[in-house]
Amino acid sequence: MQALGKHAGRRFVVAVPYLWLIMLFLIPFIIVFKISFSETRMAMPPYAPLIEWRDGAIVGIKLYFSNYSFLFTDRLYASAYLYSIKVAAVSTLWCLLIGYPMAYAIARSTAAWKNLLLMLIILPFWTSFLLRVYAWIGLLKSNGVINNVLLWLGVIHEPLTLMQTDFAVYVGIVYSYLPFMILPLYANLEKHDTTLLEAAADLGARPWRAFLRVTLPLSMPGILAGCLLVFIPAVGEYVIPSLLGRTDQLMIGRVLSDEFFANRDWPVASAVAILILGLLVVPIMLFQRVQKGELEARP
Amino acid sequence: MPDAYVRIEGVTKTFGGAPAVDNVSLDVQRGEIFCLLGGSGSGKTTLLRMLAGFETPTSGRLYIDGQDMTGIAPCERPVNMMFQSYALFPHMSVEKNVAFGLEQEKLARAEISERVVQILDIVKMGAFIGRKPHQLSGGQRQRVALARALVKRPKLLLLDEPLGALDRKLREHTQFELLAIQKRLGVTFIVVTHDQGEAMTLASRIGVMNHGQIVQIGTPLDIYEYPQTKFVADFVGSVNLFDGRLVEDEADHVRIRSEELGAVVYVDHGITSAPDVSVSVAIRPEKIGIDRTRPAGSENVAHGRVKEIAYMGDTSIYIVELDAGKLVRVTLPNVVRRAEDRLTAEESVYLSWHASSPVVLTR
Repeated sequence: MQALGKHAGRRFVVAVPYLWLIMLFLIPFIIVFKISFSETRMAMPPYAPLIEWRDGAIVGIKLYFSNYSFLFTDRLYASAYLYSIKVAAVSTLWCLLIGYPMAYAIARSTAAWKNLLLMLIILPFWTSFLLRVYAWIGLLKSNGVINNVLLWLGVIHEPLTLMQTDFAVYVGIVYSYLPFMILPLYANLEKHDTTLLEAAADLGARPWRAFLRVTLPLSMPGILAGCLLVFIPAVGEYVIPSLLGRTDQLMIGRVLSDEFFANRDWPVASAVAILILGLLVVPIMLFQRVQKGELEARP
Repeated sequence: MPDAYVRIEGVTKTFGGAPAVDNVSLDVQRGEIFCLLGGSGSGKTTLLRMLAGFETPTSGRLYIDGQDMTGIAPCERPVNMMFQSYALFPHMSVEKNVAFGLEQEKLARAEISERVVQILDIVKMGAFIGRKPHQLSGGQRQRVALARALVKRPKLLLLDEPLGALDRKLREHTQFELLAIQKRLGVTFIVVTHDQGEAMTLASRIGVMNHGQIVQIGTPLDIYEYPQTKFVADFVGSVNLFDGRLVEDEADHVRIRSEELGAVVYVDHGITSAPDVSVSVAIRPEKIGIDRTRPAGSENVAHGRVKEIAYMGDTSIYIVELDAGKLVRVTLPNVVRRAEDRLTAEESVYLSWHASSPVVLTR
């Protein structure tokens, strides 16, 4: 009886997240998937049902692939997809270049400093994400803080155009997603055995060589995890490019929202969403493999 | 000694004000196996790490092959170290681990692989060249670590508890192999260990360390048979220590009266000391004999009662309580396979020893 109770408890614990994922991820996904094959209609809901029912029997199933083929014919979509990947990739690289030294420094500092520095990394999350992106407008706009300071210093004589540029989007994404790079990197680097670096030095490797041959390869799982945690959400990023980015070149998240709300073309919007997911399946699977490898590598 | 290969001159290392190594001076000769023996916190590992360059002396100087090591980075020193944890690179195969040091010297590929194979054969790990460290046993890892340190052909190899992680049988086997390899390659070894057995079998000379200082340097025999302080006598091997007073000090003998022992100790060599001082007498457990009847002579004999017997196979350890209450440890070889009249607990016995056995310690 007790054993049964134990098992029931165990099953319950596993069932809750599964139920959550089924209700709030799988079912909505299936609905979106279904809508992506529907025909647009000026009605509520704004799409035709896939399955036609008459007198309790299925009389026909209509699948519209045109929503997908449309995405390939209009260049807007392809360019939005490619631009999103480029923005995500460049931002990820910058996050890595900035985040790695930070994570390394935190991992090598004393226990008291470690907690303080980690705290500082997490601190921005206490303020609304939206608010923090808005704050960048105040910094980047033509009469914003950065331009005013540069003008005052005499470095420039006319305000720089910082807003509505790729640069502004990179700044926004790198700033917002940096903690997602630093934390997995820190978790990895913190476990490193420093005697390995002593051994490398003892065998004649200068510090930089020792880093390249020992620390860097051993931190690969952390690098991959951090890169994917930045890259995956950055591809679909909507708020940052909308507030800071170019108006002549949209990212795919913006396209998706425009299709839904401005055009009320739910089937095409769903097709866009399904394609983003298809695009991200590869890095997501990679991420899961890395995590699995991390778990197995642990003694 | 001008020919000293490693010279340590008045080296002190303090951590946060407390000295870990306290004004140590030491010469190690070329081709020697020198063991630094001491308990944890004795400063032996700090001294080793200063030789490797991982710690900087607070004061004093280190010379290796006549060259001052001050300000020379670990990667530029002509020494290699075998780490206690082995510190093998977990993402590299055995081959890559061993080749690492040679790659830093920018040698030709062919030469690197030739030397890697050669050294792996010496440590009998040639068959495991493609394995990763986590696929090896403790003993195999130890060999790879040794090969990795030796492949650069260092003139001086530092070994930090080289056998610490191995089980007893493997230790004994590896000790002798280590000796053979050392002899074959002619490398100078400085070994740090807390295990006196390891120090005894490996070392040509031992430096016993305590509280950051070297308290005695000598051959294993010197250290064991002629300890100069109570600490050394007690730390190296087991020993029975008795407090006593010097009652007679002649050129060729001394007499010591010990209340604890309930006997007069006659030692067949003189010591130079003021008369009537407090001294300690150290007698090794294997140098004491046990008899049921009182042996001839009035000196070097004590009476007691057997309290405990521990049968160890090759030897038995007898704990004897003297009449004054002091416990004495006696080790006797079990020469006879089945002895009918083996001593039993609570038997009344006489302990005796040869006049050359006791060591008189004034410190």
